[in-house]
Amino acid sequence: MTETQTLVGIAPLSRKTSRVPFGRRAARIARRIPVWFVIALLLIVVLYPQVWMVLGSFKTQSEFLSNPTWALPESFDLDNYVQAFTRGNVAVNYRNSLLVTLPSVALIVMLGVAAGYALEVMIWKGRHATLLLILGGIMVPGQMILVPLFTVYFKLGLTNSLWPLIITYTVMGLPLTTFLMATYFRSVPREVFEAATMDGCSPLKQFFVIGLPLMKNAILTIALVQFFSVWNDLLIALTFTSKQDLATIQVGLLSMNDQYGSTQYGPLFAAISINIVALLIVFVFLNKKIMAGMAAGSVKG
Amino acid sequence: MKRVFGDRKTIIILLAPTLVLYIALKVVPVAWSLGLSFFEGNTLRGFTFVGIDNFAKFVQDPAGIQSLWVSIIFAVLATAGQIVFGYLLALLYVFVLRKGSAFIRTAVFFPMVLPTVAVALLFKSFVAVGDNQGPVNDVLNFLGLGSVEFLASTVGTMGVALAMTWWSSMGFYAVLLYTGLLDIPDEVIESARIDGANGIRLVRHIVLPLSLPILISSIIFSFNSTLKVFDSLLALNGGGPGTTTAPLTLYMYRTAFEYAEYGYGSTIALVLTLLCLVFTLAVFRSTSKKSAEA
Repeated sequence: MTETQTLVGIAPLSRKTSRVPFGRRAARIARRIPVWFVIALLLIVVLYPQVWMVLGSFKTQSEFLSNPTWALPESFDLDNYVQAFTRGNVAVNYRNSLLVTLPSVALIVMLGVAAGYALEVMIWKGRHATLLLILGGIMVPGQMILVPLFTVYFKLGLTNSLWPLIITYTVMGLPLTTFLMATYFRSVPREVFEAATMDGCSPLKQFFVIGLPLMKNAILTIALVQFFSVWNDLLIALTFTSKQDLATIQVGLLSMNDQYGSTQYGPLFAAISINIVALLIVFVFLNKKIMAGMAAGSVKG
Repeated sequence: MKRVFGDRKTIIILLAPTLVLYIALKVVPVAWSLGLSFFEGNTLRGFTFVGIDNFAKFVQDPAGIQSLWVSIIFAVLATAGQIVFGYLLALLYVFVLRKGSAFIRTAVFFPMVLPTVAVALLFKSFVAVGDNQGPVNDVLNFLGLGSVEFLASTVGTMGVALAMTWWSSMGFYAVLLYTGLLDIPDEVIESARIDGANGIRLVRHIVLPLSLPILISSIIFSFNSTLKVFDSLLALNGGGPGTTTAPLTLYMYRTAFEYAEYGYGSTIALVLTLLCLVFTLAVFRSTSKKSAEA
């Protein structure tokens, strides 16, 4: 069976080698044409909507109404951006998003790496059960905790601050982070920690001196993944935001669309474009880490 | 040694903050929400125990059943597209572009990090009609067809929502599946080639079976995120026209926080949780059967 297939496989190969070099090259180029076509199509589909949006953010209202949609903007002035920031709430939205995202991500990563260490490097009865309990939290949708948390925040009088968002994001991000940190610690050879013990390093100091520095890469990767999931969230921001001046950028975009989405195109295009451009800059520098982190988070989760 | 790694003080200091937060704000609320699904009312009005009435109500609630179907249909189609497009892209990366795929991989991945709200508003303008007609309808006009108001119909809205979901996440699934394909040893592919397997046959008989594990986890992950679809359908059209594209998540949000029906809202959240569980188990079972046959 294998032998006959081998013969069939070799036959076309020998015919190919007998061709004149020019014909082979032409054939190879011809074979590449569909590939280039597919790639060109792919890039147009992926990139054109974004380019179109950013270009649109420089257009004036009359350009939107009278020029065709694929036309380039007549000038690159920043009027729409100024308007979005001053008339809309975009500046406040961005401040809120930063005030929520940065502390949440910092808390998630710090608590998560410590818990991962305690669950994986430290040895005690019940650590596997604890890890399993935390793992269960990844499976439960956020909707399951919204109503009780809303009640608690309301009773505690927190609803007029950004605290509900910070607290909720931290709790939502912790299970996956703890779990991923535990798996990262598992891949570190145990001898590393044992050697430190021989040198007389105290258990808590060992976490800070050995554990943390080892996880530098993992911490950055997970911080990035959590940053995007907090920054891009709408559900929790919408649920716990009672006033407009507490709105994050996603809630702000949504209400901006309701307010003048169908009349004032420029500022809305500008507000969306800021997102695209800002995240593109982050992505250009950190894309390897972001892609690796997001892939790890999903497969293991 | 054992004394050091079993040091109780260290374990408590490192683990307690996470565990306390997790139990107080996740485990307890989940139990609380489970309990609430047997009650009717809200914090201000007070709660009355109604047993399983909420579940009976859901089964007969046309809006509830409709939102359940919206979630299921969206999840099935979105997952199918994400996996098919992702797999095709991954094959393109591994077998056609080989080492030169880094730029394409990165560029196609990028929309994944964009906020869903921003992507939804982008697509909304992209398919717009009227004063500021978007490129999609321009293309239709160019082909001699009339403009289509996609967001005026249920099917159109779902179509746009699916297109934007595929658009923004196919690059992510491509990278996910790409890493799985890279794990297939070169020798296996080479020897299959020498045996005469090429193109579709190579993929069908060698590559697909070998990448099945990563494919399964991708499908499960995809179902678990698309069953919870919220941002895209809300930002695109507010669940409209009417409530015909409002998924379970949006129906839960509106029931609990706009109509202040905490009890019934918790019931809907539980239905959503069970739905995710059912889909995950279904994928697991169908694949374990398949591997038993093979």
